[in-house]
Amino acid sequence: MANDAKYAGRRRANRISMGLCWAAALFGLSWLAFILGALLWNGVGGLGLAVFTENTPGPGSVGGGLANAIVGSLMLTVLGVLIGTPIGMLAGTYMAEYGRHSKITNVVRFINDILLSAPSIIIGLFIYELVVVPMHHFSGFAGALALAVVVIPVVVRTTEDMLLLVPQQLREASIALGMPRAHMIFRVALAAARAGIVTGVLLAIARASGETAPLLFTSLSSPFFSLDLGKEVANLPVVINNFAGSPYENWRQLAWTGALLITITVLSLSIAARALTAQGTQR
Amino acid sequence: MTDMAVHIAADKSTAVRDRARALSTLKATDRIFHWLTFLAAVFVLVLLGAIIVSLVIGAWPALSTFGFGFLVNERWSPARDIFGALAPIYGTLVTSIIAMLIAVPVGLGIAIFLTELCPPKLRRPVGVAIELLAGVPSIIYGIWGFFILAPILKETLQPALIDVFGDIPGLNAVFAGPAYGIGMLTAGLILAIMILPFITAVSRDVFQTVPPVLKEAAFGVGCTTWEVTRNVVIPYTRVGLVGGVMLALGRALGETMAVTFVIGNSHNISASVLAPATTISASIANEFQEASEGLYTSSLIALGLLLFVITFIVLAAARLMLARIEKKTGG
Repeated sequence: MANDAKYAGRRRANRISMGLCWAAALFGLSWLAFILGALLWNGVGGLGLAVFTENTPGPGSVGGGLANAIVGSLMLTVLGVLIGTPIGMLAGTYMAEYGRHSKITNVVRFINDILLSAPSIIIGLFIYELVVVPMHHFSGFAGALALAVVVIPVVVRTTEDMLLLVPQQLREASIALGMPRAHMIFRVALAAARAGIVTGVLLAIARASGETAPLLFTSLSSPFFSLDLGKEVANLPVVINNFAGSPYENWRQLAWTGALLITITVLSLSIAARALTAQGTQR
Repeated sequence: MTDMAVHIAADKSTAVRDRARALSTLKATDRIFHWLTFLAAVFVLVLLGAIIVSLVIGAWPALSTFGFGFLVNERWSPARDIFGALAPIYGTLVTSIIAMLIAVPVGLGIAIFLTELCPPKLRRPVGVAIELLAGVPSIIYGIWGFFILAPILKETLQPALIDVFGDIPGLNAVFAGPAYGIGMLTAGLILAIMILPFITAVSRDVFQTVPPVLKEAAFGVGCTTWEVTRNVVIPYTRVGLVGGVMLALGRALGETMAVTFVIGNSHNISASVLAPATTISASIANEFQEASEGLYTSSLIALGLLLFVITFIVLAAARLMLARIEKKTGG
């Protein structure tokens, strides 16, 4: 009898705790649904051709779009990724190929992991001190540099991880055929790790295109359409930040629409990246 | 005869020379590439050094004016050039603690769900969906929190908390009204949702490092899933779990845009979690553009330096712990 009660008690504890785990999973998923639902609900209404053809409206004016901010965001992200990716790939290559067992690799990996999760507003302050203060004005160039600093740790990490997955025999075989090391790395190791590295770059693009804090006091924003990186460049995250708190109805609508656009971009990039890794591991 | 011999010898020597030249170019490119990659790796270290140096230089005027008092002074008065960091530090700590209190149990629960309970077919989609929460940019959490979540909390959760704890001494100060919607509790809740994926991902990964034999042995002697999780899986992965939690804490401490929207930006220290407050990162994001040159800007950079030092320590500790569990499974 006593044993039966004990068993029942244990079973009950198990059922309750496992029920809570189910509840936790539902809790987590429902937030995602809630956020995406709110974005669609509030953002879709503002979608229209004008969003892509007209510039951000001035205070108190009617209508307007996000054309300058979209183009500005694209410019900053592309430039940031173009600066950050080669540096990140080279550093990751050193860590996995030349200096695999050296002390410096361990130190760089440790520091890189910290940079990877460091608060992004710190990066904004850093580029402000480094670029904006000496140049005496905000610029798109500074914004792109800030995004490059966001991109570098992501690319370093994935490049190293992916190169470490390349079988050692491939390297030995190509060295045995007399291939110089640099050629082996380019033609064999990096080629074999290509899918994984592309994934990393996609994730880096996703991360950079949603970042707001590093742009707040580097690129700032501007109400005009401009391709000049020497001046302030409009960009989606900062426009959303400025418009969301405004009293104007059309500004707030544009903030929601911009938020929807960014989220769609970022989430489809990260889903694409995951699909790519899934393919890579199946092979 | 001799002519031909000379010819062959000449041919041979040009071939040897060509070969030597080709080899030396290859060697040179090899060396250049080696150096290039080495420089890029060193650049990562330089980057960290440059960040610290630039923050220290920027923060120096404030630090030398206020000294240690900067950390313990509550007053933040731009008009009189008096700046103290206590209120932002307090707000940062309280919001992060609230976030951890919610996110750690829920994140662990999801990880247990994914490793033990979830039907295998759903495992990947559910895992990816949770990870997508980490992919949503923080500004999105900000405007969602400001326009959607805060008004809901103002009408539902917050009045309920004020009612329930209103008569309990101690707790009635923690949940003192009025309900603004925005404030430390809302910021903490949003932070919890944002760091949930990090806790889940790390815990799931370390759960998978538990040797199946251990779990099977426990199941074999009649343990329930819960008992196996509590007495085998969690003790085995403790160090890694703490590492994951610290990693998430590092994120919560430094999160900027989402918090800026819902924290209320007030440099007051209030015992109530429903009151508006400010955090280190929210102060910087809010005030930096308007700050006058000189002591004001410098104080904000000093806040940034402080945040960087705190997150550096937390993240470094997290990485060291995670490295320990990696070693355990590796060797």
